[in-house]
Amino acid sequence: MIATVNATSATIVLVGAVFLAAAVEMVEALTIVLAVGHTRGWRSAFEGVGVALVTLAALVAALGPALVEVPLSTLRLIVGIVLLIFGLQWLRKAVLRSSGFKAKHDEDAIYRETVASLALTGERPGRDRVAFVVAFKGVFLEGLEIVIAVLTLGTSAHRLGLAAAVAGVAVVLVGIVGVVVAKQLSNVPENAMKMAVGIMLVSYGTFWTGEGLKIRWPGDDVMLLGLVVIYALAAAVIVRVLALSAPTPKAVNS
Amino acid sequence: MIWRLLSGFGRFWWDFLVGDTPEITVAVIVIVGVVALLRDVAHVNALAYVTLVVLSVVTLTISAAIARRKA
Repeated sequence: MIATVNATSATIVLVGAVFLAAAVEMVEALTIVLAVGHTRGWRSAFEGVGVALVTLAALVAALGPALVEVPLSTLRLIVGIVLLIFGLQWLRKAVLRSSGFKAKHDEDAIYRETVASLALTGERPGRDRVAFVVAFKGVFLEGLEIVIAVLTLGTSAHRLGLAAAVAGVAVVLVGIVGVVVAKQLSNVPENAMKMAVGIMLVSYGTFWTGEGLKIRWPGDDVMLLGLVVIYALAAAVIVRVLALSAPTPKAVNS
Repeated sequence: MIWRLLSGFGRFWWDFLVGDTPEITVAVIVIVGVVALLRDVAHVNALAYVTLVVLSVVTLTISAAIARRKA
């Protein structure tokens, strides 16, 4: 019974973290691809997307099995440290956005900026190198963050297949919505999702760092949920304190 | 060509793990060292995990405070 609760709570946090992280990155990639497609043409944009996806798949195929061979406690410590650093950086940005010290992520503004910069680069030939490169870079860089989240969260929990599947579902769902709507997804509560992802990444990073250091967590895997609550409360308090002295938000950035 | 690939790979990981928040990277390394000492040398498991969580929250707070000062 206790083992089932442990496994269930760990799975819930894993699925939630991977799904939200993949969805957020896919929304950002979609904005770039839509801007490129509308401005420079869809052929080269889709070619860039295709090459980026193949490159990312090759990366996962090469790194995934290799990571599984690493001794578990070493893997958990390294992954835990990487996730803790990555998660604290992500959560820090989310806290600064929520408290008004950093402009909130605005897909509409990013779309306009991308369109404006692409329009400056001249005529559109049949095969557009600029469109290909911008689409490739956008999808590759956003996709790389998804790959890192999947590999770190999935291998440390020994659920790499589940993590990959959940990320795939998130990417496809966001992609379908993007195609149906045919515009950047500015109504997605991206900033709230980034805060949730940051909290979960830090929680996971803390948990696996502890596991790697052979710490015995009270309640075992259930402690993951406890860490989510602790970091959510800490983030809420920091946002409240910072908001008291927040300046007027600057121009939008990523 | 190989040098360009290696330096690009190194630059990616530096930007990813350090970027504009070196205080977070340094703090995490220190935290891991302190917690390892508590667990492996002092054998105080409860203090180890409490320290890990508390110092992570402190790191977040300090990093956000640094960003506020720069803003």
